[in-house]
Amino acid sequence: MIKFLLMVNKQGQIRLSKYYEHIDLAKRASLEVDVIKGCLSRKKEECSFVEYKDYKLVYRQYASLFVMVGVSENENELAVYELVHNFVEVLDKYFSRVIMFNLEKVHVILDEMILNGHIVETNKSRILAPLLVLDKMAES
Amino acid sequence: MKEIMVRAIYCEMLGYEASFSYIHAIKLAQQGSVLEKRVGYLAVSLFLHESHDLLLLLVNTVLKDLQSTNLIEVCMALTVVSQIFPKDMIPAVLPLVEDKLTHSKEIIRRKAVLALYKFYLIAPNQVQHIHDKFRKALCDKDPGVMTASLHIYLKLIKESPESYKDLTDSFVTILKQVVGGKLPVDFNYHSVPAPWLQMQLLRILALLGKEDQRTSEMMYEVLDESLRRAEINHNITYAILYECLKTIYTIHPKSELLEKAAKCIGKFVLSPKINLKYLGLKALTYVVQQDPNLALQHQMTIIECLDHSDPIIKRETLELLYRITNGQNVSVIVEKMLDFLRLSKDEYTTIDLVGKVAELAEKYPFPYNSWFIQTMNAIFSIGGDVMQPDIPNNFLRLLAEGFDSDEEDRQLRLLAVDSYLSLLECDTSGLPQRFLQVISWVLGEFSFLKEGLEPADVVERLGKLLDDDAITTETRCWVLAAMSKLCGSSDALCKAEKVAHKYTSCLDTALRQQAVELELLGRDVDLRTRVLPQHGFCVWLQVDSSLSFLDGFVSDALARGAAPYKPPHQRQEELSQEKILNFEPYGLSLPVSLSACSLTDRQSPTALSLSSSLSNLLKLEGVKRVWGKQGYLPEKQATEEALAQEPSSIFAPSHQQACSESQQTTFSTIVEQDQEKRQLASSLFVGLGSQNLGKPEASSSQRFRRKVRPEDPSDVNRSLAVSSSFSHSSSALDVLLDNAIPDPTNLSDSTSEAVPAVGNTEVVEASEVSSLSGGSGPLAQPSSQVERGLESDLPSRLPATLVGLLRSDVEELCSGESLSLSACKVFDADALVLAIFLSNISDSSIQEVSCLISSEQLKVPEMCSTFSVLSFYLNVVVSLYRLVMEAPGTQAIVRGSVSCASQATQSFSLTLSLVDFIRPLPLTTEEYGKMWLSFSHDVKQNLMLLKHEEEDQLEAALTALKEKLCLHIVDVIGAEGIMACQLVSGRPCLLHCHTHGGMLAIWLRSPIADLPDCLLYHCQKAIQER
Repeated sequence: MIKFLLMVNKQGQIRLSKYYEHIDLAKRASLEVDVIKGCLSRKKEECSFVEYKDYKLVYRQYASLFVMVGVSENENELAVYELVHNFVEVLDKYFSRVIMFNLEKVHVILDEMILNGHIVETNKSRILAPLLVLDKMAES
Repeated sequence: MKEIMVRAIYCEMLGYEASFSYIHAIKLAQQGSVLEKRVGYLAVSLFLHESHDLLLLLVNTVLKDLQSTNLIEVCMALTVVSQIFPKDMIPAVLPLVEDKLTHSKEIIRRKAVLALYKFYLIAPNQVQHIHDKFRKALCDKDPGVMTASLHIYLKLIKESPESYKDLTDSFVTILKQVVGGKLPVDFNYHSVPAPWLQMQLLRILALLGKEDQRTSEMMYEVLDESLRRAEINHNITYAILYECLKTIYTIHPKSELLEKAAKCIGKFVLSPKINLKYLGLKALTYVVQQDPNLALQHQMTIIECLDHSDPIIKRETLELLYRITNGQNVSVIVEKMLDFLRLSKDEYTTIDLVGKVAELAEKYPFPYNSWFIQTMNAIFSIGGDVMQPDIPNNFLRLLAEGFDSDEEDRQLRLLAVDSYLSLLECDTSGLPQRFLQVISWVLGEFSFLKEGLEPADVVERLGKLLDDDAITTETRCWVLAAMSKLCGSSDALCKAEKVAHKYTSCLDTALRQQAVELELLGRDVDLRTRVLPQHGFCVWLQVDSSLSFLDGFVSDALARGAAPYKPPHQRQEELSQEKILNFEPYGLSLPVSLSACSLTDRQSPTALSLSSSLSNLLKLEGVKRVWGKQGYLPEKQATEEALAQEPSSIFAPSHQQACSESQQTTFSTIVEQDQEKRQLASSLFVGLGSQNLGKPEASSSQRFRRKVRPEDPSDVNRSLAVSSSFSHSSSALDVLLDNAIPDPTNLSDSTSEAVPAVGNTEVVEASEVSSLSGGSGPLAQPSSQVERGLESDLPSRLPATLVGLLRSDVEELCSGESLSLSACKVFDADALVLAIFLSNISDSSIQEVSCLISSEQLKVPEMCSTFSVLSFYLNVVVSLYRLVMEAPGTQAIVRGSVSCASQATQSFSLTLSLVDFIRPLPLTTEEYGKMWLSFSHDVKQNLMLLKHEEEDQLEAALTALKEKLCLHIVDVIGAEGIMACQLVSGRPCLLHCHTHGGMLAIWLRSPIADLPDCLLYHCQKAIQER
């Protein structure tokens, strides 16, 4: 099960965070610090999975952007690793190569893909369908 | 407003609370335009949690949107419902969501299924009635809806795989279609069809096929297909492969598939990509429990990974090694783990690994005594104060209780004392508190073993510890307790008193009490000689468990008008009812001694000293100690003293029996396994230059066998009987025993995930061949001997899940020209498992053997097990039946028949007694009391006790009942004993026994009508046969 997803830039600033289990705001801060420290300190040749307390972190780097996912012990890390890529591909498709950071839209996309910590949709066109409809309605 | 809300989301994301905006988020969801609404819902799902009060305000909006004609609004409402919704309001929206299951748009149907999944997660009872609709969703023509329903099924099947076996076919078909590329192209990810869906299906199949041969057979083909298809070199195919491997190794094994799977694992671990290597190690860790040979194949890679620069890879490798640890390689593996621990900074990893090292060190016989002590020292200094508290406790108990040989014990204790004395000479400031506590306890208890060491010296060294300001009061307590044990000589006493005097006015009550006790002990010479007999450690004293010496005190107190004793829970209830003054702050100033006395309070040094020589002190000071923080607690004391009396059978002898039985059953399987392991270990660590490589197990390997208590010689005899029929030469027997003993725990660990290895014809054949070629199979001997050899060998055919359970001897049912049938009863917790062994005793092969059983009195699973072929002489298959007795009867008859293609049907019958279906029911006296009153059916009878000359008739009677009927003795109070048991179907029966004048009055109570009657019959028999 996926516990949380973070998007962080190279400087360690959070760009997006989504938790699938309720965690108090104060605890989130310390968790984020630990997670970011754990992932950013890894070298390129080391593997993309890190242990953190009783869960595993899966991270992937895209230029200056890191996507970090906390998953439970029994999750298939490689599947999550590829899910991150799928997510980034969807973002890429929607924002047409320029990620102008529309926080709410990224969240809408994420909500289509992951619900309650489970992967619910991976079909790119279906993920984007509701968002495109919303855009159309906003235009008219 | 939308922009502001997005900014509020930013604020929370960056860690600044924006609770003022929560209500506006709800309002925005209620009133805004479509886009604003979406942002409103989004903000709500990010800000609030399940039980937040404001969430109630959202319900109305959700209801409105669910009924909206605008699809996008319905969509949003369903999304938010499946993310976050108050549990209490589910009934309000449930019908609307259910309606959406038949909506024409796939996205609405899909989201409705997900919303129902959410409801199932938070309130499973409320969606019970729509399980049919889940099935409809599974069959939906749109793959998206079907995918969504799989989440529900994964969860449902995890909870009860039995109820969904019929769906296996559907899941297999779906997977076949997905793998075969029948889905629309847009479901592909890097030209792999719906990979995450495939993985989800594989997970479901694993759950369904686990320990179920028939179901597993349905999926072999599609698994094979999946393995074949996943050949494109992309991460995602490896992710699928990994899931596939796990499934193959979870379900009932098929050798062909296992072979292919093993090859795939090679692809992972040999890959230059580090992520794949990691996953390969993880897969290997999962499968080595079933097939240690795989680790052997990849030993070089494993060794490389062990020295890998990436700590995560190293950690994963250690995890793998932990799984393949055995008697031979334990010291090398533990060394590697300790190396890693010394470098690791992460607290969580440290706790986890330290626990594992301690477990390994205790579980396996170790090459040298000093190795054990050194390893434990390393654990204590590294793990320090973060480790689980039961590690030091177990270590101390091991030292105190000892093992088989007194000489070994002495040596081990002496080594511990030596190493601690030398540690104390160095700088102790860096040592963790837990370690210091262990040191002081060991020195206090065992330092007399070292000749030429004056107790005064030890006291002085311990005293130095106290000078350090950094040590905690708890540790100080331990040190003082150790000192008081060393006060045998006047010299030591003098020194100890000096130290103790400082603490007699200490503010901490526990410490102060310790000091005052020490002082009192010093003043009273008589008391000292009684409490501290020379070399009198670990003598298990007989203690008056009913605390009858206090009866006078209690009745005096009652006569003087004291309130009668109430158990703590009752008092607490009363306290909470009347809201009077809170007594909690005063709790500390009450004498702590009682809580310190109970063994459950493991932090306290008094607990351990009490189990040794100080329990005399209890008698003397008993009056004072009875009224502690927890009041007058006879039960607690009683159990504790029972512990002191018989350390090895801490819970109940029945456990011990179970343990020794399990040793027998696992016996034969272990022989094979251990050989493999041996081979593995010696070759696995060739490159490592292992110090104990290839060495035979040291003589100390028996150490971890618990002492066989004189109370149950029958067990020893039985286990010997089994083993002697197994192996002929006595020296071989010793070796076998030595090898077998340390492993049961290991084996039972692995059974939790294990696939039944036996029962599959192929596996059986393989092992049969090996035993024949190994020379132990009496190939050329007359058939009567063959039979006997076979019979003792049969239990090893039981599947791994049943190994370790108590079982009966194997008895022959019937024997025909070519088939011989034997049966064995395995006493599982929730059923009686009847294992029927079908052995081919002819020289030709037997085709199509099927076995069917039935019973009028029992619930018998309606299945006919068919085995396609029994190809050669002495080929054995096992057929298992889980029997449950629903309506109690004194006995039950099972009839069965076996037929095969070539010869006439053989029939047999087997009588099972009620006793076979009785399991002990562990209860506390309080629970017993409550249950006793609530049961309606009872039977009372007086039985004659034949042996008048026996001293303790009650005890003898209770023991007889316990042994014959598997009862649990709850408590013995004076001349009364109470016992409890249950039927395998879970219905309890309580017994009350009372002896008077050579009669035993038995009183049984149960919630079901016939159980007391039937059980009484067996009680009668048990007492008469005694």
